[in-house]
Amino acid sequence: MGIITPGFFGKQREADPKLPPGQYETKDFPVLSAGPTPNIHQGEWSFTITNESGEKTSWTWDEFMTLPTETVDTDIHCVTRWSKFDTTWRGVSLDTLFENVETSAGYTMAHSFGGYTTNVPLEDLLDGKAWVAFEFGGEPLDPEHGGPARLLVPHLYFWKSAKWVNGITLHDTEELGFWEVNGYHAYGDPWKEERYYYDS
Amino acid sequence: MNWAVADVVGIREETPTARTLMLRVPDWKGALAGQHIDIRLTAPDGYQAARSYSLSSAAGDPVVAVSVELMPDGEVSPYLVRGVSVGDQLEVIGPLGGWFVWRTEQTEPIRMIGGGSGVAPLVSILRTHIASGNTAPVKLLYSVRSPEFVYFRDELAELTEAAKAEVTLQYTRHAPQGWTGTLGRIDAARITAWAAGDAPDTSTYICGPTRFVELASDALVATGVDPMTIRTERFGGA
Repeated sequence: MGIITPGFFGKQREADPKLPPGQYETKDFPVLSAGPTPNIHQGEWSFTITNESGEKTSWTWDEFMTLPTETVDTDIHCVTRWSKFDTTWRGVSLDTLFENVETSAGYTMAHSFGGYTTNVPLEDLLDGKAWVAFEFGGEPLDPEHGGPARLLVPHLYFWKSAKWVNGITLHDTEELGFWEVNGYHAYGDPWKEERYYYDS
Repeated sequence: MNWAVADVVGIREETPTARTLMLRVPDWKGALAGQHIDIRLTAPDGYQAARSYSLSSAAGDPVVAVSVELMPDGEVSPYLVRGVSVGDQLEVIGPLGGWFVWRTEQTEPIRMIGGGSGVAPLVSILRTHIASGNTAPVKLLYSVRSPEFVYFRDELAELTEAAKAEVTLQYTRHAPQGWTGTLGRIDAARITAWAAGDAPDTSTYICGPTRFVELASDALVATGVDPMTIRTERFGGA
């Protein structure tokens, strides 16, 4: 606990067990993006998983739409300190996408249109923990929130849920992605407040 | 890096709804222009709230400055804008952020677009650029609703006067008496005209409300600017 700030009492008086440390709840949906929002049409979208020996498994948008989908109700937590409760997404589970991918790699890099990347351990993408989502709140995902499709890894800070995602590569060793090179934590557990690279 | 107890050593009323706080942070080793700090407040019962604020001070300034805009429904900003006095202490951590930054070794021209309080990190870049003696052109397009809401008004006017930077104000609601520029919200045509003739290797920094940043960055991309040369920082919902 820090120094007491005289005269400060705060608004969110009840400690909310859904709120990780250092976060506040917002009803908005703020936008954290490094640059302009790319405008990607479904026709030019595709998604490719590349394993550590270079074998690729790909889906076009139309192929992707034939995969079984799941509805995900979850809270999301941004490294910039806002959290948004009870968001609803629809997408394809990474378990489905990895079904026929042969790998013994432990690490992944998610890649996006525009060249952005973020690194996630493979085990954080499997067993019902991650999706490629294309709907938010029952509507097609807006471009500024990552549409047509983004990664959804809600148990990590939300920059790990790469917007405009177009693929995942598998790696034997951990490499750092775009935001991680630029100061954010390699793993990003909101409950351990792993915001910045020095939050060991 | 840990939370540090900073002393509030100066306060300037920036606009009717914003204040600049000057903070002396122990063991401060400087920042990169464009970085932010987090400020944390603690209530008597231990309840804490923290928010991020961009630095407006130059990278090497020993005393750091943040400008805080009053959010009517906010939790931290009302205290920082109305409650803090010189001599008070605040907990801070930083500097933070490694992307929306300008480094003194960058030699390319700089183009910056700020909306409202989003001008703060751009002013840090402007101040750092000038202090470093960098001779590359630097320009700022600053959208603000009316003259009394202009952050750093005198300083920006002086920089323009001294031809150290090209600062263009875009008033969205009210312009000062005798204003000969345009009035109204920034649109794509305005940005295209302002950016016309910039060197192709110009780096762009855009900071402001989400809709504003979307519009400004889309307008530049539409004119052929490489998206990878545009750094953005957005605030508010979308």
